[in-house]
Amino acid sequence: MNFDDNPQEATYRATARAWISANAPDLSGLSPEERRNWHDKHKEIAAIWQSRKAQAGYACISWPTARGGAGGTAIEEAIFNQEEARAGLQFTYFMTGLHMLLPALMEHSADEASLARVAPAVRGEEIWCQLFSEPGSGSDSAAMRTLAVKDGDHWVLNGQKVWNSGAQAAHFGMIIARTDRDVPKHKGLSAFWVDMKTPGIDVRPIKMMSGDSELNEVFLTDVRIPDNQRIGAPGDGWKVVISTLMNERAALGSGTGLSWRDIMGLARDSGGFSGSTLEDPAFREWLAEYYVNAEAIRLLSFRTLTSLSKGHTPGPEGSAGKLLWATQTQELTNQALDIQGCFGLIDDPKIALRNGAFQHRFLWAPALRLGGGTDEIMRNIIAERILGLPADIRVDKDVPFREIPTGR
Amino acid sequence: MNFDYTDDQKALKDEARRFLAAASPLSAARAVLERPDRGYDADLWTRIGEQGWCGATIPERHGGLGLGYVELCALAEELGRAIAPVPFASSIYFFAEALMLAGADEQKEDLLPKIASGDLIGTLAVSEGAGAFRPDRIEARVINGRLSGKKAPVPDGMTASRCIVLAMGHAGPGLYLVALDGLGVDRHSVSTIDPTRGAAVLTFDDAPAQSLGVEGAGLEVLNMVQERGAILLAFEQLGGADRCLEMARDYALQRYAFGRPIGGYQAIKHKLADVYVKIEVARANAYFGAWALSTGAPELPLAASAARVAGTAAYWHASKEMIQTFGGIGVTWESDCHLFFRRARHLGLVIGAAREWKRRLADQLEARLSAEQAVA
Repeated sequence: MNFDDNPQEATYRATARAWISANAPDLSGLSPEERRNWHDKHKEIAAIWQSRKAQAGYACISWPTARGGAGGTAIEEAIFNQEEARAGLQFTYFMTGLHMLLPALMEHSADEASLARVAPAVRGEEIWCQLFSEPGSGSDSAAMRTLAVKDGDHWVLNGQKVWNSGAQAAHFGMIIARTDRDVPKHKGLSAFWVDMKTPGIDVRPIKMMSGDSELNEVFLTDVRIPDNQRIGAPGDGWKVVISTLMNERAALGSGTGLSWRDIMGLARDSGGFSGSTLEDPAFREWLAEYYVNAEAIRLLSFRTLTSLSKGHTPGPEGSAGKLLWATQTQELTNQALDIQGCFGLIDDPKIALRNGAFQHRFLWAPALRLGGGTDEIMRNIIAERILGLPADIRVDKDVPFREIPTGR
Repeated sequence: MNFDYTDDQKALKDEARRFLAAASPLSAARAVLERPDRGYDADLWTRIGEQGWCGATIPERHGGLGLGYVELCALAEELGRAIAPVPFASSIYFFAEALMLAGADEQKEDLLPKIASGDLIGTLAVSEGAGAFRPDRIEARVINGRLSGKKAPVPDGMTASRCIVLAMGHAGPGLYLVALDGLGVDRHSVSTIDPTRGAAVLTFDDAPAQSLGVEGAGLEVLNMVQERGAILLAFEQLGGADRCLEMARDYALQRYAFGRPIGGYQAIKHKLADVYVKIEVARANAYFGAWALSTGAPELPLAASAARVAGTAAYWHASKEMIQTFGGIGVTWESDCHLFFRRARHLGLVIGAAREWKRRLADQLEARLSAEQAVA
């Protein structure tokens, strides 16, 4: 057990830290609203940062140089991510592409025109979005009904996707569609990538309960995709989905945001029964419980790192981290409102403590427990794949997709 | 960076598991439960002594093996898994550690070799009455090298021959070494919720007491000993909790209801998944503690509190939900479930309840935040 850097890692960290502090973009000129995710000014700064990193060999550090990476190690990448988070520089715009979709593209496609899309994404020039979920395919993630029909050297797609983060700003998307309705659901899917400007793609933002609109519905009407943009063999779409999910779990250093430090600061600035809330024994007891969970999330990412450094693929254990992170964020933001009492109701950035960051996150937190696999799906994965308990009874197993009841 | 035992440590841990599976089956803990006057399994203790485990971290010049603390954590995890009915924690994590931290050379030379071989059993006596630990509530007194007062419960107080006692001396709270088979010591076995770990009420009346360490510095040493012990106990908690989850899982696979294994129902799957997550939280914090303990990192106090808080929560949760998974059979005397349920509470209380450690943890977080802000 060693949670320290070895001399080589320590040198890398020091170099990375110095580089970050010399090159970090300045966010201080932005108003609180402009600092929010998907605000144009925030996005612009993120793109500049990504491009600087790519030039300096700090983007996709563990990827081969031929694909825009730096040919480094997974450990170096994780160290850089930690230092980036430490400097408050974690942007999500490129994560879907770089952490989930493009690794799967590289794994399953040999088409040079397709692979040529990777490097511009690394440089922050192109944003990718995921077009997987559908109104009738959420936790039942292989139940997609979007249909792709072969027409010469093209595929014609019709259907609807939903919960597509960043689709309103994305240049490209990875899409899963059904190419065979006569086989069981997992076997009739195929993966493609698509230029979001292709005729027939209609992106409609969804206004969420937090007031943000970074999630979208995407309607597909006679969208023509060339066959070379197919990823993997026809019918192998589910394998591509699994690759993206494995890569998502391997994504390191993400999942930052508000921490125990922030809520301690907030407690110090909130009046308690005597002195500040930070002196309140009930708050302190809560803080200790929160801390051990938050600390576990941080430490469990080192386990992922350990297994990567030994050349292993991270397994289903990542589900525990996702479950913890989502539930603990809700716990933290709820407590943040509570310690402020009635004043905690105010989310006006000009008046609220911390510009209303806790209130905003509070209204986002329910979505964290749903996106990327719900709490319940995480528990099923843990129960079935780690504990070895029986799978749920599936009445749609071995049934041709077109015969599966839909309740409609 | 390595979130794991090394290969050598894994080999030691596997060997310990094999040894304990044969030498300390659950029937060994049950035998002590049925005959609580025995207090511990003397044969098992002898065999553990022969393995050299008692001297794992005791230096070679004092008859130990001089291994690192991660190795001792690995042994603790296996002892916890086996709910071994032996005074290992009292004698090694607490008595030997206090001696190594604060003892004079002649005290170490006299006692450590006997501890290392398992020939001498020691323990630590802190608790006097109900409630959280507070230095101003210590009533035991040492005047002119003579100890008077009462300690209850003292883990392994009937089997230990030496005890380190927290008492008020002329310079404030101090730690004192007392021979339990000597003059002025009256000891009675006391029944606890975990009879597989014996306990005593000790009454001292002018018992000869040697000062351990600097007079008046007892609380500092006690704090350090408890922090180190908290990490080692967290590994016992981890081992016990892991076994509870395995037993619940195995039972859920073999018990059929409504025509299929109960482990196929989400009510059980999700319950056990939650147990798994709590155990992972405990494991992560325990591993960090092991690293801090083995390297003497400045994070040690914080890591120790976190390991204890997470370990106590995980074992409690795993042991009670194991019983719930077993259903009616789980609450019978005959079932092994209660052996773990009892041990979970024993470990969760023996160096102070989780609420005391949460308090310590919050204090440490506040200190850390202030230090970080001072640097910034």
